[in-house]
Amino acid sequence: MSTILEVHDLVTRFYTFDGVVHALNKVSFDLEEGETLAIVGESGSGKSVTMMSLLHLLPVPPAKIEGGQAIFHDNGNHIDLLQLSKQKISKVRGGKIGFIFQDALSALNPVMTVGRQISESLIEHLRMGHEEARKRAIKLLDYVGIPGASQRFSNYPHQFSGGMRQRVMIAVAIACNPKIVIADEPTTALDVTIQAQIVELTQRLQRELNISVIWVTHDLGVVAGMADRVLVMYAGSAVEIAPVDELYNNPSHPYTLGLMRALPRMGDVVSKRLVSIDGAPPDLLEKPRHCQFAWRCRHAFDRCWQEIPQPREIGPGHFTSCFHDVKNGRPCNDA
Amino acid sequence: MTPEKTPAQTVSDKPEIMVRVEHLKKYFPITRGLLISRQVGAVKAVDNVSFIIRKGETLGIVGESGCGKSTTGRSILHLEKPTAGKVYLGDTDLTSLNTEELRMMRPRMQMIFQDSYASLNPRHSVGKIIAEPMVIHGSKNFDERRARVMELIELVGLNPNHFDRFPHEFSGGQRQRINIARALALNPGFVVCDEPISALDVSIQAQVVNLFQDLQKKLGLTYMFIAHDLSMVQHISNRVAVMYLGKIVEMTNRNDLFHSPLHPYTQSLMSAVPQPDPEKERHRHRIMLEGEVPSPANPPRGCVFHNRCPLEQPICSEEIPEYREVRPDHFVACHLADDKGGSRISI
Repeated sequence: MSTILEVHDLVTRFYTFDGVVHALNKVSFDLEEGETLAIVGESGSGKSVTMMSLLHLLPVPPAKIEGGQAIFHDNGNHIDLLQLSKQKISKVRGGKIGFIFQDALSALNPVMTVGRQISESLIEHLRMGHEEARKRAIKLLDYVGIPGASQRFSNYPHQFSGGMRQRVMIAVAIACNPKIVIADEPTTALDVTIQAQIVELTQRLQRELNISVIWVTHDLGVVAGMADRVLVMYAGSAVEIAPVDELYNNPSHPYTLGLMRALPRMGDVVSKRLVSIDGAPPDLLEKPRHCQFAWRCRHAFDRCWQEIPQPREIGPGHFTSCFHDVKNGRPCNDA
Repeated sequence: MTPEKTPAQTVSDKPEIMVRVEHLKKYFPITRGLLISRQVGAVKAVDNVSFIIRKGETLGIVGESGCGKSTTGRSILHLEKPTAGKVYLGDTDLTSLNTEELRMMRPRMQMIFQDSYASLNPRHSVGKIIAEPMVIHGSKNFDERRARVMELIELVGLNPNHFDRFPHEFSGGQRQRINIARALALNPGFVVCDEPISALDVSIQAQVVNLFQDLQKKLGLTYMFIAHDLSMVQHISNRVAVMYLGKIVEMTNRNDLFHSPLHPYTQSLMSAVPQPDPEKERHRHRIMLEGEVPSPANPPRGCVFHNRCPLEQPICSEEIPEYREVRPDHFVACHLADDKGGSRISI
């Protein structure tokens, strides 16, 4: 397996009337071919901003990408997504990289049939003729599990249910044989039974089409079932990244640990009191000078208030940005 | 369908019942015509629901969106007037009260809503918001009210200097605490919590859930906890009712519901809940349901679940299954359910 996307030290800030919002502080990660990388975090942690920065989907101004690289490896070409011009990035968006949004109703055009929305990108990116695009669009609708695809082709988004609309979005995202699909909270608005259907559909597509998936979510349950690796974000920083089993069995950042303990487990005969993380996420208007989690961390010591922790490797592929060694319960030995 | 004994009565010999709901129905009419409007149908949002809630316990209500769980809660508090059925709070039949009598009952029952921002007046300070129920029900003078508000602010874990602030200055979790303080202002015995934590982040959810549990212990509250997050409902509830298309399909205590669910719908719902454990997730079998929930304006004949049920039998599309007690304190509405696993979906 080779790396398909490498993000280094991504910095995104928003210049607002209230001040500068430090949305992303040097976020780095990579994505392997064919894997599912889950990005987990609470609202405001920067998980969506990361994805939108990569594809130039943020409004500029107020947003400004102020540093970093995002190298996309495409058949031997190495492209820095952040440096691309407007025309070039729109070739990538919907072409090489597909995007699935949380709210399918507002992401789809309400006055355009779903068929046209799918064929539009086929005509635009793959230079297909109208008839050819129509045929492929119907095939795609059928492939994502929409019954009666040829009749549904000329329906409008409001004529579909929530789960079906999400399937249409998936069809749009995979229309041009993308290498990467970014799914931004695709199942958050759905009921559990429909969520299960969408997760299964995504996994099937990934297997059959060999797509790399970045799945942005706040639901640690969904992640456990489908991700290969997990990146945990907090207040604009990547705090921990690890293979999925390693992260759940051996969470090494106090924030990840706190999240795991805050979740109720189904099937416990006696329900234990949940361990909550006290306090609330920090104000992003302040420029980070130390560990962003220090305010809420019960292990925080003087060093945590003086410098920003850098990721350190504590196991194969397992990086954590914390000065505290959770396993041994003492400050880590710096190399 | 009028069975001699309603399910609610069979267990009513135990003392201290807080809320008793009998054959509750709430239909929303569908009308057609602008000037001469006539009713052409009805959305059966809640259709013949019966249950009891004992004093000091938490009854969880789960189900997918549109199954009628919120409407059930609102109908019990008479925020929507029920179409038919009886609702007792203690010994008082709420359905028989007029508006003024109902208003006098309001201090005893309160509601907490999902959208903490929309349910707080943005132009009122926190102090004013929390004092408002006391002003309306005229129970205290100004100084007593202020003292009580301070007490409530402390009770829900807010800071005394939050008194003069406004809702927009708070985070979602704190706003939900303001809502809780307001609901508790008049010392209610019964609180309906309608998805109070769904909009919150995981670490904040745990804080609010813990607060709910502490308050229950301290004040002896009775909760009806409506949510779609099954693991959270299971965590906080003593008993859980599962709703599907306006009906309760299964109701039992939290452990039986998880370890031996009888209704095929409950079984599939349980199997669809993702667990934060990769090992378990890898070895679990999901019962995938075909299709989606039918429209409550035109529910299927017979058992409302029959067209999606993997175990469907001829009887299911003909007769409405009786809601019956299959095991002690375990109610199911399924033709196939028995004590020997007749309704178990094999995987």
